[in-house]
Amino acid sequence: MFSSCADPKTLEGLSWLLCYLTSGKHIDFYWSFLTVLTLLVVTAPAAMAFGFAGAMAARSQFLPLRLLGKVYTAMVRGVPDIVFFLFFVIALDQGIEWMKHQVVCPDWSEPIRQGLEFRVCPEAKVPSGSSAQIWHQIYGFTLAVFTFAIVFGAFAANVLYGAMGAVPRAQLETAEAYGMSHRQVFRRILVPQMWTYALPGLSNLWMILIKATPLLFLLGVKDIVYWARELGSAKTQAYAFPHPDWRLWYFLGLLVVYLCMTRVSELILARLTARLSHGQATAGGEAMRRAAQ
Amino acid sequence: MKKLLLATALVALSGGIAAAQTVRLGTEGAYPPFNFIDDAGNVAGFERELGDELCKRAGLTCEWVTNDWDSIIPNLQSGNYDVIIAGMSITDEREKVVDFSENYVPPADSAYVGLSADADVKTGVVSAQVGTIQAGYVAESGATLLEFPTPDETVAAVRNGEAVAVFADKDFLAPYVAESNGELSFVGPDIPLGGGVGLAFRESDDELREKFNAAIKAMKAEGVLNPLIEKHFGAAAKKF
Repeated sequence: MFSSCADPKTLEGLSWLLCYLTSGKHIDFYWSFLTVLTLLVVTAPAAMAFGFAGAMAARSQFLPLRLLGKVYTAMVRGVPDIVFFLFFVIALDQGIEWMKHQVVCPDWSEPIRQGLEFRVCPEAKVPSGSSAQIWHQIYGFTLAVFTFAIVFGAFAANVLYGAMGAVPRAQLETAEAYGMSHRQVFRRILVPQMWTYALPGLSNLWMILIKATPLLFLLGVKDIVYWARELGSAKTQAYAFPHPDWRLWYFLGLLVVYLCMTRVSELILARLTARLSHGQATAGGEAMRRAAQ
Repeated sequence: MKKLLLATALVALSGGIAAAQTVRLGTEGAYPPFNFIDDAGNVAGFERELGDELCKRAGLTCEWVTNDWDSIIPNLQSGNYDVIIAGMSITDEREKVVDFSENYVPPADSAYVGLSADADVKTGVVSAQVGTIQAGYVAESGATLLEFPTPDETVAAVRNGEAVAVFADKDFLAPYVAESNGELSFVGPDIPLGGGVGLAFRESDDELREKFNAAIKAMKAEGVLNPLIEKHFGAAAKKF
């Protein structure tokens, strides 16, 4: 990065450290923080969407839809995360390639499965074998977001399902007495009121999601924990910056980062809880009403 | 129509127009001096130089990909890359699932490294990387095998006392011993293992394998492979 870093083996002390901390690998490390944050920012709403759809399906009057919602939450919650991240993603990837294969190579005569190998025609590879590495990374990242969304969506669905059931029946009955339809009751009364019940459960999920991001590496996305381990491990003279095992320092750094992230989340969630309790027929809402008097 | 839409969506997803076929080289990136991620964040080491040279000779455009050692063979089979070039020893067991090229490093020695030269490698705890021929050897030697996912962790385990010794390729261990200021030392005699290091291909990829085989043969014949081995592994390394 700096011209003085051209020959790191001649450097010492602070200038060595400065060059070390700005090496290309460290820049990748710093970028990976952005990868993790992006994942969180994209996955949270996506998981919420899955959760909302799952909860609505599970509450549906229509039997097949209700079954679908219940089976989704029960199944995904029951499968260990690591199994999901190892097998589901490979199956998803191969599924996409298999479908594309059927469309673009209808004349392909060889079997797709040859023993342990999965072979679609070269045109059906996703992303195509000749596309730049960045596309492979984006594709991997997209698969990661999708998988995280499905897994955390199932948990969110259960939380939202419970929250929807927790809204006092009297509130809904009053709305019905005003002549609102089912849909209107759902949209105007149920959904605005359920968040206060859902928030504790959802905040748990958010915290778990923050800590689950190292699973990204299973999907081939290099996250902060991967880089901390890679950068911290002992380096021989084959590297430009040889050093002993420094993993402890890197992981201590990560500890601070993770604690900061959870602390900021807690602050935001506390404000959100206060805001959502406002005017609610709950103990929290009642306490706020008293305090305001 | 539906099929057409699907196809369009998928083509858009795959990003980029299909140019000349690119060969993707999969490596571990954690096994210096064979392959490692250098400080600029690129794949480097003996296999980087060798791979680039082989691709040039075979007239192929190559791209480097890193992958966990643990899942390096399954990902080759599911087509995430086309070649494994990761210091992989040629063994009968691996021959059953992949096809190897001619070896580009002759059958080499493995060695034990411990904190003292008289460490008990016969019955003590010995660390090795998971899924390597060395791990298999330790498991059968009567010692207690302690496996780690990355090569570096196997050495770290000896330093912090979790294992009395580490068993790995001597070429990999030699720099660690040389730079440890006497902390680490070789234990016992070297043990020859495996049939040398080769590239691994899918069993259905004979055409690609032949291209690389021809390039390796040419490098051996022209005498350019030995200097490359010497450059990365030192003068004492075995050569062709």
